[in-house]
Amino acid sequence: MNARNELPIQPDSVTTQRNYVGQSVPRTGAKKLLEGRGTYLDDIRLPRLVHVVYFRSPHAHARIKHLDLSQARKQPGVVAVFDGHDVAQFCTPWVGVLGHLKGIRSAPQYAIAPERACWQGEAVAAIVAQTRRQAEDALDHVVADWDVLPAVTDMQASLDGKVVIHPELGDNKCFNRALVTEGFEDAFSKADVVVEKVYEFSRHTGVTNEPRGILADYNPADNMLTVYQGTQAPNMMQDIFSRHLNIPESNVRVICKDVGGSFGIKVHVYADEMATAAISVMLKRPVKFAADRIESFLTDIHAREHKVKIKLACTQQGDIIAFDMVDLTGIGPYSVYPRTSGIEGNQVVNLTGGPYKHKHYKAQLDVVFTNKNVTCQYRAVGHPIAMAVTEGIVDEAARKIGMDPADFRRRNLIADDAYPYTFPSGVKFEKLSHHQCLDKLMALMDYPELRKEQQALRAKGVYRGIGLAAMIEVTNPSPAFYGVGGARISAQDGATIRLDPAGMVNVLVSVTEQGQGTEAIFTQIAATAVGVKVENVRVITGDTAVTPYGGGTWASRGAGIGGEAVLQAGKVLRSHILDVAAAILKIDVATLDLVNGVVIDKLTGLEHMPISEVGRVAYFRPDTLPMDFQSELTVTRHYTPREYGFTFTNGIQASYVEVDTETGFVTLLKHWCVEDCGTVINPMLVDEQIRGGIVQGIGGAMFEECIYSEEGQLLNGSMADYLVPMAGEMPDMIIAHVQTPTKTSELGAKGAGEAGTAGAPGAVMNAINDALAPLNANVSVQPFTPQRVLAALGKI
Amino acid sequence: MSDRCMHAQFTVNGESVDAQVPVRMHLVDYLRDEMGLTGSHLGCEHGVCGACQVMVDGQVVRGCLTLAVQADGKNIQTIEGLTENRELQQLQAAFLKHNAFQCGFCSAGMLLTALDITRHHKHASRDEIKELISGNYCRCTGYQAIVDAIEFVLHTNLSSSSTQSGVKA
Amino acid sequence: MKSPDFDYVKAKNIEDVFASLHTYKDSAQILAGGQSLLAMLNLRMANPQILIDISGIDSMKGIDKLSSALRIGALTTHNEILNSDLVKLHVPLLAQAVPYVAHLAIRNKGTIGGSLALGDPAAEYPAVALALNATLVIQSSKGERRVKAHDFFLSLYRTAVQSEEVLVAVEFPLATSNHRFVFLELARRKGDYAMVGLAVALTMDGKTIRECALSFMAMDDKPVLAPNAMKALTGQHIHPESILLAQNALDTDLDPPGDLQANASTKKHLARVLLSRALTQAGESHV
Repeated sequence: MNARNELPIQPDSVTTQRNYVGQSVPRTGAKKLLEGRGTYLDDIRLPRLVHVVYFRSPHAHARIKHLDLSQARKQPGVVAVFDGHDVAQFCTPWVGVLGHLKGIRSAPQYAIAPERACWQGEAVAAIVAQTRRQAEDALDHVVADWDVLPAVTDMQASLDGKVVIHPELGDNKCFNRALVTEGFEDAFSKADVVVEKVYEFSRHTGVTNEPRGILADYNPADNMLTVYQGTQAPNMMQDIFSRHLNIPESNVRVICKDVGGSFGIKVHVYADEMATAAISVMLKRPVKFAADRIESFLTDIHAREHKVKIKLACTQQGDIIAFDMVDLTGIGPYSVYPRTSGIEGNQVVNLTGGPYKHKHYKAQLDVVFTNKNVTCQYRAVGHPIAMAVTEGIVDEAARKIGMDPADFRRRNLIADDAYPYTFPSGVKFEKLSHHQCLDKLMALMDYPELRKEQQALRAKGVYRGIGLAAMIEVTNPSPAFYGVGGARISAQDGATIRLDPAGMVNVLVSVTEQGQGTEAIFTQIAATAVGVKVENVRVITGDTAVTPYGGGTWASRGAGIGGEAVLQAGKVLRSHILDVAAAILKIDVATLDLVNGVVIDKLTGLEHMPISEVGRVAYFRPDTLPMDFQSELTVTRHYTPREYGFTFTNGIQASYVEVDTETGFVTLLKHWCVEDCGTVINPMLVDEQIRGGIVQGIGGAMFEECIYSEEGQLLNGSMADYLVPMAGEMPDMIIAHVQTPTKTSELGAKGAGEAGTAGAPGAVMNAINDALAPLNANVSVQPFTPQRVLAALGKI
Repeated sequence: MSDRCMHAQFTVNGESVDAQVPVRMHLVDYLRDEMGLTGSHLGCEHGVCGACQVMVDGQVVRGCLTLAVQADGKNIQTIEGLTENRELQQLQAAFLKHNAFQCGFCSAGMLLTALDITRHHKHASRDEIKELISGNYCRCTGYQAIVDAIEFVLHTNLSSSSTQSGVKA
Repeated sequence: MKSPDFDYVKAKNIEDVFASLHTYKDSAQILAGGQSLLAMLNLRMANPQILIDISGIDSMKGIDKLSSALRIGALTTHNEILNSDLVKLHVPLLAQAVPYVAHLAIRNKGTIGGSLALGDPAAEYPAVALALNATLVIQSSKGERRVKAHDFFLSLYRTAVQSEEVLVAVEFPLATSNHRFVFLELARRKGDYAMVGLAVALTMDGKTIRECALSFMAMDDKPVLAPNAMKALTGQHIHPESILLAQNALDTDLDPPGDLQANASTKKHLARVLLSRALTQAGESHV
């Protein structure tokens, strides 16, 4: 087990409030998940519930010539059938564009495609039945005639535009962006050394263990729509259901119960989920759609299909002068709503070269439509690409000038005292700790010893490699991420904290829980802020009728933004509790403190009363308090990150691998990550989240790809053929922290949810290439399958 | 309804079931939909992810690859029952202590595999534990905390059994 | 995905099975462990009218040592084989292969009969049966017939089992001290179907290979022997030269179709690598 960065545990004395921030408190509130007592979407039952399945296009691109649902309607258990025109009467279409991505374009997308399917799996009809199996039986009775159209599946072909998916747009370009720093050409041309490489990343997807699902329940009597959904952003969905289904915003209630993993997959608007909500309105009864795994592979957002050409210019001594990056990325036929499918590529432009102190940068991004599944933000959005191309080309440069890759990085990482710092792409860093992290990593992995081991084994024909990947990560975004573009996506969050009469503290927070332990860390923050024991705090999230209005969980913002709101609300509640106690005791509030749930005398430690006594009097015996005194034992506070567009974090990862040069199989021996996410609220939770993120990154680097045929057929859309990382192939991962709190909040917490995924692919790629270097072999197309390694070695 | 049904008699978590069971329905759908035991989950329905695991006559099986009618004459135990009768208590405590879960969707299946390990592989090394849980998909953790938790239970049991037998640990 | 509707009958004995098969012919499917069939049903990739559940037929269970063979009932589960001392002792090649089969929960229900009757080219047992030229025992209402593994696997998912017949047992020859067995498999993740696999059975005469069986997985639409490579090894000692000869002969033996994991070129290369490793291991081992 790793040593964790824990603050020293304070004794449970009555004169010192237990500080839970920084402690590895177990998630006792989540114990029910270990006992089979969670409530996931498909666990929910309602009276008169019916199930919807979707008839999906077998073609990547086809016009509906003829669609006959009449036979399907007659099948046993079938309650209703709908096509795109039917649902369009109740649900308006949308376009996934935002104002701050200049020039981004997309075509209108409908809840059910009324005339044309643009990817294999797009829904063109809905069958509603008493049971899911009856609905699936009825699918066989749908009669559909198609006019098959040419499918655009290659990114370059899409860019060239011979076949245009949306004729009204003129070409297949969704979004492009170009930037160049002043003096770039001059600086680049003067460089001693230029290295260049093309990196390719295969499209892959989230594969949340719990597939997507939605249960929509429309009650015509009060025009209320209640939606159960494992969404990461319930208020965003509330707004969208309201506007597109024409129901007043406050008549839409979105409830999130337990969610079986999300990783960004469940933050987007899905056509079939909108259709399900519309169908509930149309049928005036609860309707459930629970995607099965095959549907998930076909329709959960995909991500990360990129081809990047990158150049690095440096001096002979190894000072990086500039990066030059061209990124081509293929999305689906529509930009996903409302966050757009331009953000991933935009991040690649923003973040390439991120850890380094060069001044010059040129970048070109082209985001093109294809007739494959839609793509959008998936954990670490763009970072895995940006960090991999950056760290890959950095290793190439180091190899070219014969410098150790750790030394090359040390020479070029932005100095720890250089902040605040504006990066060539325009992003601003408040304060990072690249050098501290590098030093810590070197010690943690005993880098010199590993190099010796590598050398010794090479002599015996055993090829091991060490790969490093420095990284930066976007967290705690301000309205600069979406709001400024016109999206009704909140960048602020709130916490309402309340003392119950028996002494329990309840916290309602607008950030959501997907299993990472958001609620647990809020109990720790609240307990510390209020002055009670952590077991006396309960957190409730995910109900727009009950929780404050906020952004939800995405872009690693839960701890930093939600946590700050909880902290501020908790502090105020504490002072209000003491106000009541002072009124009860008829003494000066300045003499009082609230410690571990007991009101005490600050100076002597004398216990006055437990907070349950404060609750009893405030709620049941206010007649005993002064006439002009009103207890306020419910407090709400909100927090908005303002100073910086994003609060960046930094870290560095290392991978140690062994390549079997005869078979191309790569064994992951070990992995390290030193991460600076500011104040660490619960080391145990953060560390396993980072590990989970690393494994997800390893998935993209080694195993996962959505393989499409030229005709746009998904060839490996099942768990047997799409390979996700399982335990047998995963290394142990050593995690350590540096803590540079952000000054933009009192809590000082930055985000940590995506760092693991951001750096892992780059680290693993560099390790493989380090192992292969003596054989003059190099891999650059992810995932690094045995076949690709063998091809690099010239064995096939 | 149009389902073809067959009579079956079996026990679920000690409770007798005597019912007409839809023939095509797999065991987990029966447990979830007909008995309200939603602790076993469906992650893939083709036997790969392991979220659906239940015990049939003491053996861990994929519930999605077992027909409900095949439960006839058998004793089924789910996560709910194994919690109730405390057979999973030690592992559950270890999972909580070691943060061996996040979203919890894989946990029922993972705990059943872990239970089998504690019964039949009492001396498993870390690498062996990793292999033994490699049929259970977890997307949230890095598997490491799960291995830690199981390793902890195995070590605890070994040292307590050796002290019981009078041998110094 | 929910299975399409079907009828179900639980056979009490083998005669029940013959009767149901006679009634329903090709619209019936036999349900043993169900670990392949039920997945296909859930995926709506199969649509039988009726399932005949044979899992209760005791005459098809059990592992018994006969005078010159180890007879394994078709309904023996993978875990029963994994834990069997008889298998470890008498059919070590099978014992080497079982740990590669899927995962615990699948092994508790999946059966050797089911695996052999399906004959998936990327599965472990068909390759082992082929390497050992095991005897497949098939019964029907007309009686019993015995088919050698060499004649059993015909093409993709098609074996010598005819309609209205049931595979009831498999008999493996007993290992002797003159045998060398190696089972190697390359798979992307533990428990996955093989990318390429190899089951080697050598009968030695001192240091000379008297008889040789090289049975490959995932190199054809069924498990496949490599006759030219086998011939190249017969009468040879195991050393780098004979291994190279055998590897080169593989080119004429194997013509694999590519799949999502590996194209033909990769598979052929990996087959060569596995052959070399297996033979080297065999040379260093004693049964």
